[in-house]
Amino acid sequence: MKKLSARRRHPLAAVVVLLLALAATGGLYAAFAPADKAQADTTAQSLAIKEGQKLYTVGCASCHGTGGQGTSDGPSLVGVGSAAVDFQVGTGRMPAQQPGAQVPKKKNIYTQAEIDQLAAYVASLGAGPITPTEKQYSPEGADIAKGGELFRNNCAQCHNFTGEGGALTEGKYAPSLEGVSPKHLYEAMQTGPQNMPSFPDTTMPEQQKRDIIAYVKTVNGEDTPTPGGFALGGLGPVSEGLFGWIFGLGSLIAVAIWVAAHTAKAKKS
Amino acid sequence: MSSQDIPEENLPAEQGAAHDAAHGGGTAVAERHDDPFADPGLPAHKPRIQDIDERAAKRSERAVAFMFTLSMLATIGFIAAFVIFPVDKIVYIWPFGHISALNFSLGVTLGLALFCIGAGAVHWARTLMSDVEVADDRHAIEAEPEVKAKVMADFADGARESAIGRRKLIRNTMFGALAMVPLSGVVLLRELGPLPEDKLRKTLWAKGKQLINMNTNEPLRPEDVSVGSLTFVMPEGLKESDHNFNTEIAKAAVMIVRLQPEDIKDKRELEWSHDGIVAYSKICTHVGCPISLYEQQTHHVLCPCHQSTFDLSDGARVIFGPAGHPLPQLRIGVNAEGNLEALGDFEEPVGPAFWERG
Repeated sequence: MKKLSARRRHPLAAVVVLLLALAATGGLYAAFAPADKAQADTTAQSLAIKEGQKLYTVGCASCHGTGGQGTSDGPSLVGVGSAAVDFQVGTGRMPAQQPGAQVPKKKNIYTQAEIDQLAAYVASLGAGPITPTEKQYSPEGADIAKGGELFRNNCAQCHNFTGEGGALTEGKYAPSLEGVSPKHLYEAMQTGPQNMPSFPDTTMPEQQKRDIIAYVKTVNGEDTPTPGGFALGGLGPVSEGLFGWIFGLGSLIAVAIWVAAHTAKAKKS
Repeated sequence: MSSQDIPEENLPAEQGAAHDAAHGGGTAVAERHDDPFADPGLPAHKPRIQDIDERAAKRSERAVAFMFTLSMLATIGFIAAFVIFPVDKIVYIWPFGHISALNFSLGVTLGLALFCIGAGAVHWARTLMSDVEVADDRHAIEAEPEVKAKVMADFADGARESAIGRRKLIRNTMFGALAMVPLSGVVLLRELGPLPEDKLRKTLWAKGKQLINMNTNEPLRPEDVSVGSLTFVMPEGLKESDHNFNTEIAKAAVMIVRLQPEDIKDKRELEWSHDGIVAYSKICTHVGCPISLYEQQTHHVLCPCHQSTFDLSDGARVIFGPAGHPLPQLRIGVNAEGNLEALGDFEEPVGPAFWERG
């Protein structure tokens, strides 16, 4: 040490110290770099939560409270999970336009990125169902027949046997499932929006939800054939009978009146 | 106001006179032309163009024949369509959308074939068949006295010739045979039975039977059932392949929902629940429709048939509609394996009321 100490004023000492310091810094950086990267991820997550909180304060806080605790105008969002947010905001139901028996579906004004940020914020308030991935809800290769059986047992009582929807009490209704994306169908079953009961994975496994989505897309999709012509709302004999009585019988009466109103005489009187 | 206001010629006696006068001669009609009840007789017959012009008649004949021919062609088209189109062929036709080619072509051709027969017949009757007005007077319904006398005489002859009054044995056995024959129909009514005995009061549920989730066919555990969810269960041991599955599930179908225990207002409901999980019959007590339109925020269950509404947070009390009884509740608990199980059958008959229900 004496030797080293004696050379501390050597002209090259500063260079050596600098080199050592650089090596130490580099080594430390190398050692901590992966940890650093992980930290960057949580930053992105916390950034999303932060952005989501800003959107929440503007769009949701007036009814659901500043911290998602709920008010007399809107339920608590603690524990509803990101899937509920993705469904409610993604289908345009939230933010609600006005109070009423039921909040209707309308045009969605948020981008998917904004919805994800909102969902991240609400999910941070308490654990709940997570937004499903495409693998979970894609109807590709699902069992349509099994889905039909499950749909008729669990869903058809409110949504009609082909998902045309139907009325409930006091102005509430089960909406039509026509044109609803597989993701939103999945999230609705998972979270039970508004007055719909939920069908959690514990009682209705993921695969069964996919089967149901495949069934709905088969019987009420864009290219679903209606072999008999007009579906007339797909409600069964009520609308079909009404159509037959009004238009079928009506046109027969019109023809009969037309025939009787035109005389066959040569000289019209 | 008095009878003075009624013009005398409109009184029945005067009217009859006017009627007779009208038939009597033309002069009376001219005198009484303001009589509103005079029989105007048939209007003068007016000919049609087809009655006057032979070429017009020919045109009408061709039109009728054309429609009948079109009907024949449409029938041939119907048969051709039946042969050509496979049953699952779907085509796009505006404005119907994606429609079965077979259904559409069969409907159009059969409709055309029938319509053309009708239209041809109507056109034929209107333009070519005689259209001269004919009056046909009513006649008495009663038969002529000679006809009546003949019938009575024939009947008396028949009775005498068959000797039915003299051969009493034949007469009495014949009456007996005729009286007995309807009994065979009465006996067949027995096939409407047997009486249901206690089948209306009992279901497959019994103490210790586990609640099987109808989606997964696995026993249901309390932790599987979250608040706000809806699950349908059937009693352990019942299989969908059983020949009596439909009969049994029609009585034993049960829906499971979970409420916050503090939301349950009915004391017995709370007692019969497990940790807020309640099990209710899915069969409406009005006329037995399956009822499971459950609103998870209000805890109301609505029947789709006649809108009976039950409050699941208050012992399934009827809050609206024609149902006469609350939905029967199934008493549940948890067995040693941690699965939900029934603690007995329903205490009251499920489904609609019946005469002996009490």
